[in-house]
Amino acid sequence: MKVGVVTFPGSLDDRDAARAVRECGGEAVPLWHGDADLKGVDAVILPGGFSYGDYLRCGAIARFAPVMDALVPAAQGGLPVLGICNGFQVLTESHLLPGALIRNDHRKFNCVDQRLVVENASTAWTSDFEAGQEITIVLKNGEGGFVADEKTLDVLEGEGRVVFRYVPDADGRNPNGSYRHIAGITNERGNVVGLMPHPEHAVEAGYGPSLDGRGFFTSIIKQTLESAATA
Amino acid sequence: MSETQTAPAAPAAPVLDTVEHAASTPDVEQPWAELGLKPDEYANIREIIGRRPTIAELAMYSVMWSEHCSYKSSKIHFKLWGENTTDEMREKLLVGIGENAGVVDIGDGWAVTFKVESHNHPSYIEPYQGAATGVGGIIRDIMSMGARPIAVMDPLRFGNLHHPDTQRVLPGVVAGVGGYGNCIGLPNIGGEVVFDDCYQGNPLVNALCVGAMRVEDIHLAKASGVGNKVILFGARTGGDGIGGVSVLASETFDEGGPTKRPAVQVGDPFAEKVLIECCLDLYAAGVVDGIQDLGGAGLSCATSELASNGDGGMQVELSLVPLRDASLQPQEILMSESQERMMAVVEPKHLEQFMAITDRWDVEATVIGEVTDGEHLVITWHGETIVDVPPRSVAHEGPTYDRPLARPAYLDELNASGTAALAKPQTGDEIRAQLLTLLGSPNLCDKSWITDQYDRYVLGNTALAQPDDSGVVRVDEETGRGVAISTDCNSRFTKLDPYTGAQLALAEAYRNVATSGAAPLAVTDCLNFGSPEDPGVMWQFRESIRGIAEGCKFLGIPVTGGNVSFYNQTGDVAIHPTPVIGVLGGMDDVSKRSGSGFRSDDAHVYLLGTTRDELDGSEWAHVVHKHLGGVPPQVDLTAEQALGRVLVEAARSGIVEAAHDLSEGGLAIALAEACMRHGVGVTVDGLDQLGADADGNPLDVFTTLFSESSARALVAVPAGHAAEFEALLGDVPHARIGVTGGRDLDVVGHFSVSVAELRSAHQFTLPAVFGG
Repeated sequence: MKVGVVTFPGSLDDRDAARAVRECGGEAVPLWHGDADLKGVDAVILPGGFSYGDYLRCGAIARFAPVMDALVPAAQGGLPVLGICNGFQVLTESHLLPGALIRNDHRKFNCVDQRLVVENASTAWTSDFEAGQEITIVLKNGEGGFVADEKTLDVLEGEGRVVFRYVPDADGRNPNGSYRHIAGITNERGNVVGLMPHPEHAVEAGYGPSLDGRGFFTSIIKQTLESAATA
Repeated sequence: MSETQTAPAAPAAPVLDTVEHAASTPDVEQPWAELGLKPDEYANIREIIGRRPTIAELAMYSVMWSEHCSYKSSKIHFKLWGENTTDEMREKLLVGIGENAGVVDIGDGWAVTFKVESHNHPSYIEPYQGAATGVGGIIRDIMSMGARPIAVMDPLRFGNLHHPDTQRVLPGVVAGVGGYGNCIGLPNIGGEVVFDDCYQGNPLVNALCVGAMRVEDIHLAKASGVGNKVILFGARTGGDGIGGVSVLASETFDEGGPTKRPAVQVGDPFAEKVLIECCLDLYAAGVVDGIQDLGGAGLSCATSELASNGDGGMQVELSLVPLRDASLQPQEILMSESQERMMAVVEPKHLEQFMAITDRWDVEATVIGEVTDGEHLVITWHGETIVDVPPRSVAHEGPTYDRPLARPAYLDELNASGTAALAKPQTGDEIRAQLLTLLGSPNLCDKSWITDQYDRYVLGNTALAQPDDSGVVRVDEETGRGVAISTDCNSRFTKLDPYTGAQLALAEAYRNVATSGAAPLAVTDCLNFGSPEDPGVMWQFRESIRGIAEGCKFLGIPVTGGNVSFYNQTGDVAIHPTPVIGVLGGMDDVSKRSGSGFRSDDAHVYLLGTTRDELDGSEWAHVVHKHLGGVPPQVDLTAEQALGRVLVEAARSGIVEAAHDLSEGGLAIALAEACMRHGVGVTVDGLDQLGADADGNPLDVFTTLFSESSARALVAVPAGHAAEFEALLGDVPHARIGVTGGRDLDVVGHFSVSVAELRSAHQFTLPAVFGG
């Protein structure tokens, strides 16, 4: 079971994502932004960070990296892909997922232990959760506000493609102004998932707010092993 | 332009001020005063090189002989470090003072390097970039030792929270610290945020970085081996920060002076992130012989220090330096403080591999010179020699001043004006009200408006971060071996007595590290003071160093390096002396660290240490009475050591549920913080019998709650481990003062307050000023 983790210049949580894969029983394979080669992996993670410094729109340059030339068609063909934070931004910039991520409504970077509700437990990356389950993982970003036009939002809701929602605070606010409290979404096929919070920072006891992030990695590992068994 | 104005004449091609030209034009007027040199310093330069310096040489000497780079007012006192460092202390040090950062052996073949530096003046002028490049600079120091940077911390000090200029400075500084640290991918695991009117015109922005490496991977800043190549790599050189060192860090801000904005550098954290990964690949490949970061004084510093530390000379062709601005003059190139640049010395046989690695990271790298035989640093510009100097005279043999020092006359009166006469709360309700006032006061309130702007999780090794007592990170993923760091200074104490105050800062940082469960190993310091030309300030400086050095000797932990920042004053008024002390501790397994908050019901709560009537200089006196006077709490380093041993042993045994240091605000604030952390209350009893004054009479409950006696900590232990814990205590004074549980902080017989009310008093101070 091999999970590729892409390193762009400015990727920061790539080693963390690889550690999370290993902690949950998978093999992490480093993938390099400059190589259009997925090295035969069973799934790919686009990690968090500030690719190319995020000096332009976040993810706007990484989208053009050679590795994306290989990744985009593979994802369209069903390869499981998880975009975390900056990786989610790269997925929207690549149009593998709809919508966009904009500056937090309070204009500040924000690092908190964040409660989320799992809305869709049938994607490639969430099958070890239960729909409606509440989890707490790390949220840390400056551009985490999920936006899309009303029609797109309605389609996402109607097709069950909202995968995670922020649990709003007592005033009904979410941590970054995301429309409809959306924290993560999936594509029509359910193989590509993007979210702003960081599951890889919640996989080891003592190093993060919970172990709730493990479910992402155990989901993909189990699913890949099962599909290999039935193939 | 008006019609009548004549067009400017094309400038005559300037004559290049070569060494030859300088020798033939000895009487040319030179701008040494504008560059910050004193008359005798300029005369000294002429004597060293036997002629007038070229403009490029003058530029180099002026920045390298500035206070910031040369430590000319402070280094005479540094012998106190050496005199107070025993052989036993040296054994733990793999690299000591004088290199880019000290290196400590933490066991299992792991080495850790850490250092704290100031970026005070740039951060006042341009808060975002000043703070950002402060973080960037200290990270490069750590990288240049061969280490992977693993965490940062930021001790910050601002003026009055409610002053309009604090609204300009604080949000910019915090955004700058976060903007750089978050983008480069280092967890920010702690630091301090302190408000005091004395910092209004001179905030302190100190930045600490810690890095880890295998012992065999330590690298040093030296240029050796004739024929080895000198490579400049990283960002291109631009016009930013020219003269930053000599102009900014070595002069006092006077009202009405010209704006100094152009001298502040601009940071590019993305470039530095790539540079970190590139350097680590270069080290791993074994292709780096010597390495130096470019910070203050830029190329002037890197070339002269590398050559001075090596065994030969160096030749550099300056026109090969890649530029962002082609119009830069050679002397400007030498002085530029453009960020994100490094200089390496590389054997010719490794050159190709070096360049392949920098290419892979898209890092520009250029051979600009080589190590030569002889003892000269020679710099040419298109083949013509513009610098020919002995490198040691630039880097290490600058002027030294034995400045006059005198105990300030105001101290007698200040020390005589203690807190005995101040009105103290008499009833439980009054104590309760003052507790809530203190919890919401600027120095004790919740700092998450600030710290939530920093990524504390990146790299996945953070075991503790603010608001716990120290930051704790794992170094070795196999074993869990790691380090804890805390920085501290209560500058009110140092104002009252710099020797004792500096020792109290050391003691607090030591205690914080031990409270988290780590054995203290080493010290770094950032000595922030006013003008060294003021004998009173110089006396404070000397007393502080003496306090730290003697304290470290007693505790057996060496000072590994640090930074001096002078001229922190506005007009004639200096800041409180602020020697920020960082203590680093080691842990075999950081998963056994102790957090500061109560976690579950029915744990026994102990107060360790002796409580005395020590309210002078306290947060209570500051907040409730706006009073500063008297003498600081007494230092008892024997007690600190004994307390530290208990805290570390208890953590190792895995029997600590929570441990929290007592400092600003005393026992009352420590209890409230321990309750608020996880929302678990505590019932406290028996405080009436706890403390005693100098005559042995029992202290009133208020004094017991708010005294700031040192060498104390609060520890919660599950009931089942209480006997085991008590057996560890030995002769450490201790009292079981309560039991955790419920949702209130209940001081039996005096007052009770719910955790919810504590939180609402604590949380809204900063958001109310800076917005949600």
